[in-house]
Amino acid sequence: MKKIYVKEEVCIGCRLCEINCIVEHSKSKDIIKAFKKEIPRPVARVVVEEEGPLSFAVQCRHCDEPPCLEACMGGALSKDPRTGAVVHDKDKCVGCWMCIMVCPYGAIMRAKDGKKIASKCDLCPDREKPACVDGCPNEALVFEER
Amino acid sequence: MRPSLATPEFTIERDEDKCIQCQVCVRQCAFDVHTYDEEEDKVCSDDAKCNACQRCVVLCPTDALSVKMNPVTFRPNANWTPEVIKNIYKQAEASGVLLASMGNPKDYPIFWDHMLLDACQVTNPSIDPLREPMELRTFVGRKPDSLEVSKKNGNVKLETKIAPQLTLEIPVLFSAMSYGAISYNTCLSLARASKQSGTFYNTGEGGLHKDLHKYGANTIVQVASGRFGVDNKYLNAAAAVEIKIGQGAKPGIGGHLPGEKVSGEISETRMIPIGTDALSPAPHHDIYSIEDLRQLIYALKEATRYEKPVGVKIAAVHNAAAIASGIVRAGADFVVLDGLRGGTGAAPTVIRDNVGIPIELALAVVDQRLREEGIRNQASVLVAGGIRNSADIIKAIALGADAVYIGTAALVAMGCHVCQKCYTGKCNWGIATQDPKLSKRLNPDIATDRLTNLLKAWGLEMKEMLGAMGINAIESLRGNRLRLRGIGLSDTDLRILGIKPAGEGM
Repeated sequence: MKKIYVKEEVCIGCRLCEINCIVEHSKSKDIIKAFKKEIPRPVARVVVEEEGPLSFAVQCRHCDEPPCLEACMGGALSKDPRTGAVVHDKDKCVGCWMCIMVCPYGAIMRAKDGKKIASKCDLCPDREKPACVDGCPNEALVFEER
Repeated sequence: MRPSLATPEFTIERDEDKCIQCQVCVRQCAFDVHTYDEEEDKVCSDDAKCNACQRCVVLCPTDALSVKMNPVTFRPNANWTPEVIKNIYKQAEASGVLLASMGNPKDYPIFWDHMLLDACQVTNPSIDPLREPMELRTFVGRKPDSLEVSKKNGNVKLETKIAPQLTLEIPVLFSAMSYGAISYNTCLSLARASKQSGTFYNTGEGGLHKDLHKYGANTIVQVASGRFGVDNKYLNAAAAVEIKIGQGAKPGIGGHLPGEKVSGEISETRMIPIGTDALSPAPHHDIYSIEDLRQLIYALKEATRYEKPVGVKIAAVHNAAAIASGIVRAGADFVVLDGLRGGTGAAPTVIRDNVGIPIELALAVVDQRLREEGIRNQASVLVAGGIRNSADIIKAIALGADAVYIGTAALVAMGCHVCQKCYTGKCNWGIATQDPKLSKRLNPDIATDRLTNLLKAWGLEMKEMLGAMGINAIESLRGNRLRLRGIGLSDTDLRILGIKPAGEGM
């Protein structure tokens, strides 16, 4: 399956991936409205980890054997048999946050908009390329088959 | 604290309706112009620190930022301009030599813009480069005085032994910029683009990084007064060797890479201890005459088994023609002239802005002198210093150059915004810096593409101009000053350039 990969050697730590993720998952999909009007605004499902000159974006790795799936008692997390993506069903999520506890990458966040549920990368199903990849100014994120 | 009397040069305008406090600008500015006030949830800017590099403007996702000239002004005065006054303030506040980077920004005449090209009409057909083959290939190196051929059983054989040549698919090379002045990623991009475009880049005085030896076939290595990174392996890794005597931005001045930039990798590449200042003396201490220069040229030819062209680079100074003649007679295979507007990583401002002569004039007099002395074929002439576009290149070739070096234009292609703060080592575009956090900003894949695109575009434009002149090979334009006309030039300028005024026919 196509996944998002990071080239940490050219990640510039600008965090535009986080911003583009927020906009893509906002109601309006308009950057200024998403930030100024939508309160609370959606959380970014990608986080830039940074230490010294090293930085890279982390989002759900869509693991082959996802620990979050096993930990999810409500059955809200599942693997799409067609794409292989780990998908999250908002309606089934009870907000126990076990997935957050077990994710080895720290790639699942608590949603701050609406219910207290989990929020994770959905690979932007409405787009050809995920928003974080598309908006990376230094091509440090790629969406490809490996 | 005593306040600085030098008011900010630029002012940053932030459209608060658009600013979303995402802090991309805060994270991207190495000069710490932008800061985030958490209490107010507001991003603030300090105009005084801004160098108008435009990094924040380009990366701002909502186009909320613009950088403008600071309207704060002094009473208008043609003599005491704001620049003059501010420079005095700076030196009065912290005594020292004012430093500058890149090429001379002063309003000296740009002779390229006073030369016009010819084109064919009616009596001599122009050529459509999209339909007919066009030749940009250029050979750099010593050409024989005459050719001897022998015929045997109808086969013609070249008997003359041709001196080593560099083959350029486009008469444009990337100027000498050292690893130290520019980042590793920038060097890598130049090397890769040279390979892809069939041309050469120049190591400057920075040595050749061990990982770049594989691009040796597209590398010209420099031997300068500091001899940094020079050994047998270095010389033989390259396609050609260039002895650097002078640089257009700072004729007569040496170099100084501050110790804080001499990291492990740079120390290894330059072959000097970590953290020591890399000081290039102003002169080569073993070259005090043309005879001394000849010794070094031949020492380098010996070291490279006479397989590689050896050239000499000088800054364009008043007596350039006589010096160039001496260089050719000393055995150089190519002469590089670096003009008044040539760039630098760091130089005293007063030198950059006041020393040297424009490259157009230097090229004209050097080519003329070498022709008059009958030695023009013995060396190629490469020119550098402020070449901005394909028209400049075509004009340079018509004036007598074999090829041109581009430095600033290549950096601009990679993202440089000519803010002239290279000497601070804080290049926000990841070019003129050794800070690992900043140098990551130049993605070599993107930069290589951009350089290759630029050369390809210029190649197409050059073919268009050649075609219009009815020429199908750049070789036929070389030194063909009849295809140039001067406009808005004095009789003296025209005489020195060796061209007729516009309006005068053949």
